[in-house]
Amino acid sequence: MAQTLSDSELVARCRSGDQQAWAELVDRFSRYVYAISVQAFRLSDADAEDVFQEVFARAYEHLDGLRDDAAVRPWLAQLTRRLCIDRLRATSRERPATDEDLELAGSEETLTMLEDALTVHEALAATPEHCREILDRFFARDESYRTIGEALDLPAGTIASRISRCLGRLREFLEGRTQPDPPSSSR
Amino acid sequence: MTAFDEERLARLIRALPPAPEAWVRAAQELPLAKAGLDEIVARAEADAHFKARLVADLESALEAEGYERDPAVIKALKVRFKSK
Repeated sequence: MAQTLSDSELVARCRSGDQQAWAELVDRFSRYVYAISVQAFRLSDADAEDVFQEVFARAYEHLDGLRDDAAVRPWLAQLTRRLCIDRLRATSRERPATDEDLELAGSEETLTMLEDALTVHEALAATPEHCREILDRFFARDESYRTIGEALDLPAGTIASRISRCLGRLREFLEGRTQPDPPSSSR
Repeated sequence: MTAFDEERLARLIRALPPAPEAWVRAAQELPLAKAGLDEIVARAEADAHFKARLVADLESALEAEGYERDPAVIKALKVRFKSK
């Protein structure tokens, strides 16, 4: 999960036929694509799997058409959203969706939260491996102290304090990386 | 994104659990599968009968023609031919 190449460097390598780079690109964005389909659009596992494979199949096929290599993240997000909507439309022809289903589908609030989550995961990938590992195992993989202790050969009693210290480091890293823009800059 | 209190960081890390390993592996193997995929697609474009069989029942059609059962190829072909 460590990130050494920027998104644009990774895309350029994929375009040149580097299979390792492609594997890294899939790894980097797999959670994001998965989360959009199951959390924002609430697709079933079967539909989410189809969307997941279709997103990466299309990305692989159309990587040459990407105008800005650094924009691979919003490009994949847009592609995933479009395919989720197509899937929901197809499903609603077979089984009409309720108003509530449609209202919840692709909630902007959830999509924004997932963008923030990816930013945090990218920052996490830049933290020391011991922090990356313990935070990912505890929060994202929902592993118990016992499982983490066994996997990382740590006494269970030290895990909570390590998690807290690593969250602090992650926070410092993110705050350092996101200094407020100078007043003259407007976005 | 402006505030990074630790509770929010924890929530955001939790929001992106890993995708199922098999899905990730299949997507990572796309380049390896592409050669086999291209051959099948080219054949389907040249042979309407073969294409119709793929659309009707992809896995049986591939098996009948002696193609190796590669999950990545099958997934990509399902997308291409919208087969069940």
